[in-house]
Amino acid sequence: MRYVDEFRSGELARALAAELVETMPPGRELALMEVCGGHTHAIYKHGIDELLPAGLELVHGPGCPVCVIPVGRVDDAVSLALEPNVIFTTFGDMMRVPGSKGSLLDARSRGADVRMVYSPLDALELARANPEREVIFFAIGFETTAPSTAVTVLQARAQGIENFTIFCNHVTIVPPLKAILDAPELRLDGLIAPGHVSTVIGSHPYDFIASEYGRPVVVAGFEPLDILQSVLMLVRQLAAGRAEVENQYTRVVREQGNPRALEAIEQTMELRESFEWRGLGSIPKSGLRLREEFAVWDAEHRYNVPGVSVPDHKACQCGQVLRGLVKPWECKVFGTACTPESPIGTCMVSSEGACAAYYHYGRNRPKRA
Amino acid sequence: MSNRPNEDRVGARRRKARLRDERITLVHGAGGKATHNLIEALFLEELANPLLEPLGDAALIEAGGTKLAFTTDAHVVQPLFFPGGDIGSLAVNGTVNDIAVSGARPLVLSAAFVLEEGLPVADLRRIVASMAEAAREANVVVAAGDTKVVERGRGDGLTVTTSGVGLMDERVALGDEKVRPGDKVLVSGTLGDHGMAVMIARGNLELEVEIESDSASVFPLAESLFALGDDLRWLRDPTRGGLATTLNELTEACGLCVLLEEKALPVREQVAAACEILGLDPLYVANEGKLIAVVAPDRAEDALALLRAHPLGAEAAIVGEVEPEPKGLVLLQTAFGGSRVVDMLAGDPLPRIC
Repeated sequence: MRYVDEFRSGELARALAAELVETMPPGRELALMEVCGGHTHAIYKHGIDELLPAGLELVHGPGCPVCVIPVGRVDDAVSLALEPNVIFTTFGDMMRVPGSKGSLLDARSRGADVRMVYSPLDALELARANPEREVIFFAIGFETTAPSTAVTVLQARAQGIENFTIFCNHVTIVPPLKAILDAPELRLDGLIAPGHVSTVIGSHPYDFIASEYGRPVVVAGFEPLDILQSVLMLVRQLAAGRAEVENQYTRVVREQGNPRALEAIEQTMELRESFEWRGLGSIPKSGLRLREEFAVWDAEHRYNVPGVSVPDHKACQCGQVLRGLVKPWECKVFGTACTPESPIGTCMVSSEGACAAYYHYGRNRPKRA
Repeated sequence: MSNRPNEDRVGARRRKARLRDERITLVHGAGGKATHNLIEALFLEELANPLLEPLGDAALIEAGGTKLAFTTDAHVVQPLFFPGGDIGSLAVNGTVNDIAVSGARPLVLSAAFVLEEGLPVADLRRIVASMAEAAREANVVVAAGDTKVVERGRGDGLTVTTSGVGLMDERVALGDEKVRPGDKVLVSGTLGDHGMAVMIARGNLELEVEIESDSASVFPLAESLFALGDDLRWLRDPTRGGLATTLNELTEACGLCVLLEEKALPVREQVAAACEILGLDPLYVANEGKLIAVVAPDRAEDALALLRAHPLGAEAAIVGEVEPEPKGLVLLQTAFGGSRVVDMLAGDPLPRIC
């Protein structure tokens, strides 16, 4: 397939892998975090980890939009879905995430009208087509998906559609990165920055990682050669004692990001005082909500949302997995009580979760410490 | 179960089927692990009998010295018509194929229709005419039938359940237990055509690509392989859950490993592209006119030639090999130069979020 095969060439991979061995600073152990769950999946799907030299470890980061949603917000979603006359719309992955009283899929089997959509605009269309019903869209994701929610709200206003609301759970990528870099228990040598988020925010928001924390950053694409090349770019920086923000994904990511997308977010959303993250706890100024002037389209404004913080299942270690402290298979319930078909934690549900990546693709790997 | 925990590897352990859910959800119908758990922990437990227990595509029955294959299949599909087929041809081919891959020649079918109030008669006629044509092509007759009508809103248009009987071919005796390390794995053509055709025909993905379902009887392909006799070990049609799920059923049952070669897997360019855009894996997407064969190593080339001699098998390929270890897993040698597990499908394949 054109434009895909070029980025998956086994021959080029071998050449990069050989160069990586040459470039590794002798005698050093390096830990690089791939922030984005999409990268984690590409790594295991293509077996990129098997091409890395000894002494180089990839640590999985928090960049999985489904994974970081805490139990309490899932419970809120279930409660909204059970409201009378509501059509509750969501991305497919979110349906199977367990709340403290079941998942949205369970709510659906109890009679709630929960529907999967591919885009918030599909949810808006559903509202237009069903004027007698109330349609709620479960908005999740980083700056990658926030613009499409923003545009949908603007369209709802432009078209005067008022039987449509957003349950806004959008989050921003920089605060959790800060939290991870500030955590004393994890030593990271560099970051593979998320490609899709960066198409929106650009590469400048990562500058502080190089300047304040002295760690190199490379914005990476999602094809296996992108990732391998990004690893090489990071190792080159480390070998040369540099700490800069570099962009490997130049075919998509601009330094300044996508100004129109940022403007749409800015116009419709504002930072919450604080937002609870799974595993990372409450982080100030890390979550987005709709601005006051869009309150008509804000589900938290229109309905009684419980808004209760609920602790994770006590056996679940998603929090530590999301912070890179525990490898998925080190979790006590991995593959036994927690599996993709009956997940306990989000990391096992989402197609971007680290546990799901290991479970689906990585179970042939020898266990490493 | 022949699979013992394999402690050296990351969670390569499997469990006995348990059904913990309080209600049926859509995941139970997706053909993956939840479907398995439902079948094993509920249906098999309640209906336990030696004919059902092998959980093959068809039950093998002996009557008056004749060996028969007997199977049934309920068909629900939205939309009812899609490029390359419709629910009628699908219902015939689905049952014909289950019989064919059991090592039998399909003889007769029955068809039961549940019709929803309001269904256009013209649609029903088109569907039944399409069944008739598929039956002619597969050389079977629909010898018995039943019709029920349910109230509007309770029938999804229509559902068709077909059952069928076939005559076992004396030359072959297929089974999980016949598979040995070193055997080769073949597929009869491109993967994922049916599932992507239907997904795109639903029209809500806004992908402008026409993909045709591969819905067809695989009996001619199966029959040509029967000539291999005992060297043909195992046959299946990888429908719901795709190649990945079907091969996982094999490795779980025989306690061996299947190692696939990514570069060898035949996937149509449009299917690969549509999957790529949606974040789906063609290995998990349904097929309705393909078979997977496991054959003795020294007959793999013969099997390939037999398949390719038929128009339906023109793109057949040898895609992998049976290995002794790691037990119970399907592995893939990636084109990139790494390896990975190919797991059974869990839940419906869903397009990704970002």
